[in-house]
Amino acid sequence: MKNNKIIDNLCIFLVFSFLFLPILVIILFSFNTSSLNIVFEGFTFDWYKELFNNKTLLEALYNTLIVAFVSTIISTIIGTISAYALKKYNFPFKNIILELLYIPIVIPEIVLGISLLAIYTLFKLELGLFTLILAHICFSIPFVIINVRSVLDNMDPNIEKAASDLGASKLKTFFYVVIPTILPGILSGAQLALTLSLDDVVISYFTAGPGSNTLPLHVYSIIKTGVTPDVNALITIMLLFVFVILTISTIINLKRLRRM
Amino acid sequence: MKNKTLRFIFLTPVIIYTFCLIVLPLLYILTISFFKSDFYGGMIYDFTLENYKELFNFVYLRIFVNSILIALVTTLICILISYPFVLAISHKSKKIQQIIMTLVMVPFLTNSLIRMYGWIVLLRKSGAINELLLNFNIIDNPLSLMYNNIGIIIGMVYTFIPFMILPLYNSVSNIDKYTLEAASDLGASKIKRFLNIILPQTLSGLFNGAIMVFTPALGCFFIIDILGGGKVMILGNLIKNQFLTARNWPFGAAISVFLILLTTILILIYKKIGGKMDDLGGI
Repeated sequence: MKNNKIIDNLCIFLVFSFLFLPILVIILFSFNTSSLNIVFEGFTFDWYKELFNNKTLLEALYNTLIVAFVSTIISTIIGTISAYALKKYNFPFKNIILELLYIPIVIPEIVLGISLLAIYTLFKLELGLFTLILAHICFSIPFVIINVRSVLDNMDPNIEKAASDLGASKLKTFFYVVIPTILPGILSGAQLALTLSLDDVVISYFTAGPGSNTLPLHVYSIIKTGVTPDVNALITIMLLFVFVILTISTIINLKRLRRM
Repeated sequence: MKNKTLRFIFLTPVIIYTFCLIVLPLLYILTISFFKSDFYGGMIYDFTLENYKELFNFVYLRIFVNSILIALVTTLICILISYPFVLAISHKSKKIQQIIMTLVMVPFLTNSLIRMYGWIVLLRKSGAINELLLNFNIIDNPLSLMYNNIGIIIGMVYTFIPFMILPLYNSVSNIDKYTLEAASDLGASKIKRFLNIILPQTLSGLFNGAIMVFTPALGCFFIIDILGGGKVMILGNLIKNQFLTARNWPFGAAISVFLILLTTILILIYKKIGGKMDDLGGI
């Protein structure tokens, strides 16, 4: 048995090194005195100060955050309402709609990207922040719906009945009874939408216009000529944020696990 | 508020969304795949099957074969890495399992391009891996680890592996522990246990992961651009070029329709072997 444990741990260690190696390189070079990202010459915090002078980078960050927050909020609202409506009501072609909603999840991103670009051109929409946000809403909604639906399916139907027996209107029941019950599903859907939006390259590539450069698109444009260490610094800061948020959510999850 | 009004308000968004952002764009792509291109970025609204015939041109057939090979190798390597990893995790306590799975997700919550850049720093001729191997005299000359198929496969496996790990982990954690114990008590070898118990019970998870790795790998142009050095072309680059550089939208649309068909076939097989749509991607 002891032998097995060593193999298990070795296997986990190897996969983790593979997963974290490129990230560690980025973090390391964000503290490097040389700007060439080739050898580590010395330790410095300069790139973290430099970061705030790089206008293009800050603008890309700003666009990324705007697109991510707006698209997450809208797709979470629409996704939650839709998941509820699709469970509650029957209507013609419901089954077809249920199947169609999987398309943005399974289809190669590039196909979604070019089809949105084509339709934007058809309706003469100028590419920019608006079209970008619309595209991000498009690929996020199905993920929110699936997450909310999985919680809705486990919800006790009697809770809603009790609320209406006690005289709450349908709308009141939805806001004061249903929403608080399915909140975990809504939050995990929103988290997924946010991460997908922050990192999207392929769909953004086709649906962004001049002046709506996002961080991934900015990195794509400079990656061949060489990434400057201030970009490494920005990514390190963002990674720290992600890590803090994940740690908090893991602690909450572990507490819930202990209660079960 | 009347029930009917409420029903209308609740149902409208999803119907508008499905129609405007899913059905309409895809139908439009299907339509223009039957148009002619005027080669100046415009389209001639004449029905033609020319674009589909063009798909069988030798030049493009080679790109198809190449893309499918790259995607297949990527999927296989993802399976070979994920299975032992997921099985190793499943032997740990629930608490440690949760921590490991959270840590697995950390790299994928950072910018995917910057991760590719991390690989450039590691893989290039003067990169960390070559320096290390040279210093320990394992090699005499630096290895070419990028701007070729090796670099592309590393980039692809790295980008898509969470989509294999997650569904595989979910299905492995659903296996009944006692069945496995019973099997080994009755003298089944490790290989036998894997082939007769683990593999059949994780088949839908495996296929789920395979779809979520294979299909995006066909379209992911940026990995090829960055780590392939412009020598290799896959379907994603071809579509991108037709829409943005060559400006032959009808042909680009025809390739996209081909990708949609391929995805649909894979999904139908997945459903046939009992996979659930909601599980796709391990979300």
